[in-house]
Amino acid sequence: MKVNGENESIAGGMTVKEYLDGRGYDASKSAVLLNGKVVPRAEFGSVTLSDGDSMEIVSFVGGG
Amino acid sequence: MGISEDISARSPPGVFEALRRSGAGIAGCGGLGSNIAVMMARSGIGRLVLADFDRVEIGNLNRQRYDLDDIGKPKAEALKEAILSIDPGITVETYDVVLDRSNIKEIFSGCDIIFEAFDSPEAKSMILEAVLSDMPGKPIICGNGMGGISDPSLMSTRKIAENAYVCGDGVSGMDSGLCAPRVCICAGLMANKAIQILTGSGKNV
Repeated sequence: MKVNGENESIAGGMTVKEYLDGRGYDASKSAVLLNGKVVPRAEFGSVTLSDGDSMEIVSFVGGG
Repeated sequence: MGISEDISARSPPGVFEALRRSGAGIAGCGGLGSNIAVMMARSGIGRLVLADFDRVEIGNLNRQRYDLDDIGKPKAEALKEAILSIDPGITVETYDVVLDRSNIKEIFSGCDIIFEAFDSPEAKSMILEAVLSDMPGKPIICGNGMGGISDPSLMSTRKIAENAYVCGDGVSGMDSGLCAPRVCICAGLMANKAIQILTGSGKNV
């Protein structure tokens, strides 16, 4: 699959939450788009990733 | 010729006119939001919706578009005064509220574009999710990573979805402090992307 434009191999059936946790992302500060559609935070734990997917993760830092 | 038309004398052709027909929502009137509002005003925006729950403090003056006379005022109100002192022909609506999932759609539904200009990363991700979920097709531009004083040329504008953009370097947070130049450069990236979208020249850039 593609994550932020880079090719990546992931374990089958991995959820968005498992991906974020495994890569050190803080879910409460992240927005996730899967194949161009936003994944609501409440569904991070149930939406699973598969090979052809394209995911964008916006990991926010403070400041404005 | 009125003040507004005179202001546009040096604008790129068509920009002022396109913006005059448009409204922009600004979620957070701090370093990003206050500077974005002023840039959009100077560029011709017809309507601004300003929302912030905060009051102006002295510590804001290092980067936000306020001055000593504004201390203690609600930010959205103080910013409205600043906007009208540039161009009284702009319609400005203010909301002294905490923005959350329950009121974002109602407050900004009449806007053609929304700027995310919060400081907390949780609030930033909340509004991005809210606009993409609850207001499909509404353009949103977020700011992410403008702290410190490192090379501002590392900041960029990234398209993350149709009608959704993130400006900044993505990594420089508040722990490195916030300083006017990088905050204003990020605000400038955001305002410029909005102008491209509102003039129809940069939708797919």
